Amino acid sequence: MTMKLSLGPILWYWPRQDVLNFYAEAAEWPVETIYLGEVVCSRRRDMKVADWMDLARDLRDCGKEVVLSSQTLIESEADLRTLRRIRDNGEFLVEANDQSALNMVIEAGLPFVTGPSMNVYNPATLRVLLRRGLQRWCLPVELSRDTLADMQTTLYEQSLHAPVEVFAWGFLPLAWSSRCFTARYYGKPKDRCEFVCQQHPDGLALRSREHQDVFRLNGTSTLSGARYDLMRELPDMQRLGVDAVRLSPEHEGMAEVVARFDRARQGDMPERHPLHLAEAPPCDGYWYGRPGMDWSQTP
Amino acid sequence: MELVCPAGSLPALKAAVDAGADAVYIGFRDHTNARQFAGLNFTEKRMREGMEYARQRGTRVFCALNTYPQPAGWKHWTSTLDRAADLGFDALILADMGLLDHAARHHPGIPRHLSVQGSATSHEALRFYHREFGISRAVLPRVLSMDQVRQVAGHSPVELEVFAFGSLCIMAEGRCYLSSYLTDESPNTCGACSPAKAVRWEEKGDDLEARLNGVLIDRFAGDEQAGYPTLCKGRFEVEGAVYHAIEEPTSLNTMDLLPELHRLGVSAVKIEGRQRSPAYSGQVAGTWRAAIDRVKADPETFEPAPEWQRTLGDLSEGGQTTLGAWTRSWK
Repeated sequence: MTMKLSLGPILWYWPRQDVLNFYAEAAEWPVETIYLGEVVCSRRRDMKVADWMDLARDLRDCGKEVVLSSQTLIESEADLRTLRRIRDNGEFLVEANDQSALNMVIEAGLPFVTGPSMNVYNPATLRVLLRRGLQRWCLPVELSRDTLADMQTTLYEQSLHAPVEVFAWGFLPLAWSSRCFTARYYGKPKDRCEFVCQQHPDGLALRSREHQDVFRLNGTSTLSGARYDLMRELPDMQRLGVDAVRLSPEHEGMAEVVARFDRARQGDMPERHPLHLAEAPPCDGYWYGRPGMDWSQTP
Repeated sequence: MELVCPAGSLPALKAAVDAGADAVYIGFRDHTNARQFAGLNFTEKRMREGMEYARQRGTRVFCALNTYPQPAGWKHWTSTLDRAADLGFDALILADMGLLDHAARHHPGIPRHLSVQGSATSHEALRFYHREFGISRAVLPRVLSMDQVRQVAGHSPVELEVFAFGSLCIMAEGRCYLSSYLTDESPNTCGACSPAKAVRWEEKGDDLEARLNGVLIDRFAGDEQAGYPTLCKGRFEVEGAVYHAIEEPTSLNTMDLLPELHRLGVSAVKIEGRQRSPAYSGQVAGTWRAAIDRVKADPETFEPAPEWQRTLGDLSEGGQTTLGAWTRSWK
């Protein structure tokens, strides 16, 4: 069976119209699954839960599997109220990105999937989640293909069925804080941030004093400075029984990225020529059990 | 309110016990706990000695097994957990759901504390860990404000432990992968952040450069105090501006909040720093012992003594302290 392609949730804060335009295009792309929702900061309110729901129905009508993603770092009662609205949507599967969301879907007896920030590091953890309604899990970004292979072997030996998704393209979400680093750059307190992160649709590059790309600041989240790219690993993933490959939305060039992965998953590996993307080096270290920022291939 | 203190060695354990810790937490000498440092932590023999010393003085001993095992390490982690159970610790501090499940099934009689690495930041998350694995206490991540902790405390099914003093993680613990992005080790995979093996110091003229796996984390001018290159506390460039873009070298100190924590019914305050010296363990434990005793005696008039704050300031990273996420202005 051909692996599915999925579009992860938008990690950046884009204006509402940009979000709607992006998904109007995505509806036509060869991706099977689309994750929707605000996963980084509760202050980003251009799109409310009801707006995400409208969008979810439109995309479902275009034949997409739609999943509603929960906020990664839950801090307040207001965050929990939003989570409950997502849980109670009545139509779509929920991606639990922390144990608060996990608890809500389990107590409600709902099926769920887990995102890359849910720490699933071993089959024993998967067994716990499978008992409670897990439908698919996403490999945490820092884990390697060898760990995935070990997981798959153990699951097979124990006759457990746990479809797996791999984050395969985009800036890697690496950390979450209560502090906003974009507001900090602008010298603004977080509760009067004036939504400055909306001025940076691909985040703010954090470089070393030798101009090396180190991280990317995106509000309260910190991402990798290099762009993870596992396109060349798709045949290997196919052999490992990976069910879905996640591409993380970017403001520019996403249609071409999806088109390339679509060819690659069908065994027609595209040539490596540059795309019109935000400038950043590539990386694939995590997949090989090396420092995440490493890149295995010569340019 | 209980005082929980770190010990990375037998002398540190003794210092903390002697200075009045209610409990000390320790770990095995490998990557099964979140303070894996060369020469640090305990062999089984030392653990027995430490537990005996603590017990005779009425101090409890907890064992941290708070990293996340992968399939290749699963047997090592579970057999280490089984050994800890045999040794008779007063509680196991765990983060991984698989290990929590193992402990709950095989050693149900030993209390399970959720490590800060378990990333539980709401009462909903605590309910999950409590229902699934029967945890009796949880350590809260250092990302919540006082109002938020009050909400969690109001609905929590388990005892709460909060960080009182020590090195400050500003990312939600247990889900920070920054270290393995630059090096091949992270707190989750092997209990190391910005590991010493990846650090290189280089003199460049009058400057001192601190690198982590080759990445320049900070550059100190001759007259500046050079600190350890923890990756989130370096100086970086963002759109041409060079500054501590993530956080400054600073330690958390919540002593000013002690009466409020006491009022909220927080069960324990935790000191960070198993990697620090026995002198640190003893001094910090003694200072907090005095403070907790005073707040218990009279929470209404409590004020931190200047000498306590001086002692803590001297033991802090970069000589500075912060209230971190407890206050809005920090965010």
